[in-house]
Amino acid sequence: IIYAAKNFEDVRCKYICPPYKENSGHIYNKNIFQKECDCLHVVEPMPVQGPDVEAYCLLCECKYKERSSVTIKVTIIISLSILGLLLQYMVYLTLVEPTPKRRLFGHSQLIQSDDDIGDHQPFANEHHVLARSRSRANVLSKVEYAQQRWKLQVQEQRKSVFDRHVVLS
Amino acid sequence: MDFLEEPIPGVGTYDDFNTIDWVREKSRDRDRHREITNKSKESTWALIHSVSDAFSGWLLMLLIGLLSGSLAGLIDISAHWMTDLKEGICTGGFWFNHEHCCWNSDHVTFEERDKCPEWNSWSQLIISTDEGAFAYIVNYFMYVLWALLFAFLAVSLVKVFAPYACGSGIPEIKTILSGFIIRGYLGKWTLVIKTITLVLAVSSGLSLGKEGPLVHVACCCGNILCHCFNKYRKNEAKRREVLSAAAAAGVSVAFGAPIGGVLFSLEEVSYYFPLKTLWRSFFAALVAAFTLRSINPFGNSRLVLFYVEFHTPWHLFELVPFILLGIFGGLWGALFIRTNIAWCRKRKTTQLGKYPVIEVLVVTAITAILAFPNEYTRMSTSELISELFNDCGLLDSSKLCDYENRFNTSKGGELPDRPAGVGVYSAMWQLALTLILKIVITIFTFGMKIPSGLFIPSMAVGAIAGRLLGVGMEQLAYYHQEWTIFNSWCSQGADCITPGLYAMVGAAACLGGVTRMTVSLVVIMFELTGGLEYIVPLMAAAMTSKWVADALGREGIYDAHIRLNGYPFLEAKEEFAHKTLAMDVMKPRRNDPLLTVLTQDSMTVEDVETIISETTYSGFPVVVSRESQRLVGFVLRRDLIISIENARKKQDGVVSTSIIYFTEHSPPLPPYTPPTLKLRNILDLSPFTVTDLTPMEIVVDIFRKLGLRQCLVTHNGRLLGIITKKDVLKHIAQMANQDPDSILFN
Repeated sequence: IIYAAKNFEDVRCKYICPPYKENSGHIYNKNIFQKECDCLHVVEPMPVQGPDVEAYCLLCECKYKERSSVTIKVTIIISLSILGLLLQYMVYLTLVEPTPKRRLFGHSQLIQSDDDIGDHQPFANEHHVLARSRSRANVLSKVEYAQQRWKLQVQEQRKSVFDRHVVLS
Repeated sequence: MDFLEEPIPGVGTYDDFNTIDWVREKSRDRDRHREITNKSKESTWALIHSVSDAFSGWLLMLLIGLLSGSLAGLIDISAHWMTDLKEGICTGGFWFNHEHCCWNSDHVTFEERDKCPEWNSWSQLIISTDEGAFAYIVNYFMYVLWALLFAFLAVSLVKVFAPYACGSGIPEIKTILSGFIIRGYLGKWTLVIKTITLVLAVSSGLSLGKEGPLVHVACCCGNILCHCFNKYRKNEAKRREVLSAAAAAGVSVAFGAPIGGVLFSLEEVSYYFPLKTLWRSFFAALVAAFTLRSINPFGNSRLVLFYVEFHTPWHLFELVPFILLGIFGGLWGALFIRTNIAWCRKRKTTQLGKYPVIEVLVVTAITAILAFPNEYTRMSTSELISELFNDCGLLDSSKLCDYENRFNTSKGGELPDRPAGVGVYSAMWQLALTLILKIVITIFTFGMKIPSGLFIPSMAVGAIAGRLLGVGMEQLAYYHQEWTIFNSWCSQGADCITPGLYAMVGAAACLGGVTRMTVSLVVIMFELTGGLEYIVPLMAAAMTSKWVADALGREGIYDAHIRLNGYPFLEAKEEFAHKTLAMDVMKPRRNDPLLTVLTQDSMTVEDVETIISETTYSGFPVVVSRESQRLVGFVLRRDLIISIENARKKQDGVVSTSIIYFTEHSPPLPPYTPPTLKLRNILDLSPFTVTDLTPMEIVVDIFRKLGLRQCLVTHNGRLLGIITKKDVLKHIAQMANQDPDSILFN
């Protein structure tokens, strides 16, 4: 019977057999599904004969294991790529463009928007006013604007956490 | 001129680092719900809208569960892999860790169950051999190097991208759930950075866990997903209900314990927990656990690495050692809290706080250098706990299970108590050293500028102590079977003492001593074991440790950190037992200038703007007139600023000499005066008031139960003063002889 090759490598039946009479301890592995995971199918070649077989099999410990190697591979590659991207962005930020450009903000009125995901709003500056809606049609300049605003916010966060030790001592 | 009735964007929102007004948020939600219900009778579209509004909560819970479960799976698999990266790499696919690399190998022998040719340690890769002193040194060096690299990456990412991602997160989430606003704390950058740096921090071998940060990650998911639904985006009180449920989902994926997660959210994290939230939290926790189970990070559909599968019974006389473990847990908890807070205070106030990156690197270096020689510190803490919880079977090959098998028959799976072999004795020594190292190093690790949790280190400390005691008891039972205690309960050749159970009870005791969890702890532990047999020992140990720890120090670790940071968190569990009155606490005090009030229809725009710029109060009472001081309502500073700015821009004719009125109709004015500005819609017409002779116990109770920001004080019907939440907190601190100036924020 040919099983689907889907996760053939990902199922394993393991028998751990202790030392018995003259035989030393041995581990038997086989990639078969749970239905066939029993002593006679897995322990090959059987080291004992005849009536000893049953006694030997009772001593052995059986473990059936399943995993998904595809999930593991995909997850690790995703994490490593995210980490790689973040590292590249970090290098870019620290070396190429360390300080945010305050000139984009005029006389640096801090901005508040209704739909903030929560990344906005630096530390308690009480003279907040509504956003001066800059209607820039250019997508690139919008992105740059958002990035500069984000950098200012991270700077404020950094000040409260690392410098003034106000939050998260 | 009549003011437009539409709400101006920005009115009703809050400044950063301010407290929300629970009463206002709840009543706004009720208004919204009433409006939708009334409109639903008009058209089918409105009916569909009302049904979808009711279901939006459940859909949101589903999404939160899915996202938290997936992120937890990602974190588990990546951390598992990266931890083993310090020791070697798999040539049959670099994405496999040690266990998975040798999973399919046919070359694993009975004696050496960990070795297989596909897994190469670093010395094998660099100098092509694994034996000898030089190979040991190469392995040691690579271990320390990887640990330092991971820690450095973690702290740099935190510093550059999301400084809010450091620490455990639970004290801040407690404060946020009690009504405080910290913008950015639950944002998308914090989520991404916390996930990635958590993996790095755990992999670097530091003595920290990932359960607390997982709660933060789950709450970030909750907050981000709230923005898809109007109902939750605009209302801070409803959002906090969602965050409570998300916290439950976080603990559920951390421990594989959905019920424990809900109880943890109820007991430790949430402030207001209505019954509706209970049911929804359970749903979110279940969905998260189910998602994690289908990702299957540990194989065999288990959610936690240290799942326990034995069911051997325990005996009544064992309650004595369990209570001893409880006392140990309580003592350790109190000691840890005191030393950790002292160290964190040092970090806050002295030069130590100026070098976070160097601090992380130094602590990592010390941990790695001291951890490598001892195999029990070299392995990850979760694996250590898993091994300690494990009940030794006949075929276990670990050092801890090296018993001498001096029996003739083995019936079923039951093994009698056996004398310890050489391996067990050497394991005991190593475990004792591990215990000391973990106790000392965790004090310095928790609170550094990387994501760090303390559930796993506390459980490790407790598990080691428990296992040591358990093995001791087991050997005592074996060598002294003639003693009456053992004679009456343990029959000859039976499995009397299970050291794995002692490890579990010890872990519960230490965790309870540090966090002061009660019910949620027992439920989490019993969900970990999958059975009700051990509830009584767990409860005994948890209660003993809580009593001992409470006798030595009032607060758990999270409350202690809240107090250290000065967050405005009004403790809901403690009684206020002093006989002060409202007039002792209210502002203005006897020698201060009079209360700053606005009149209902006699102030100009310029007057109001002057008051706003000269003072820093977050709100002003509105009175009928200065002579009568009869109260009309309360208006918030932020709403005033936004409304006046808006009026100046959008309404024509409003100038500095325009009169502002809060009444229904404009006051009678002489002709040729500029148009008036009506601000009645930002006025809260039902502010809470107490008389000046109200006892402070009642005032504190009102603040707690209703979630107020401020409360006005009247005398004979006239407005006398104001009590804010900050004043209440300062008063409580003063009465408890703490430093009232330590309460920061507004």
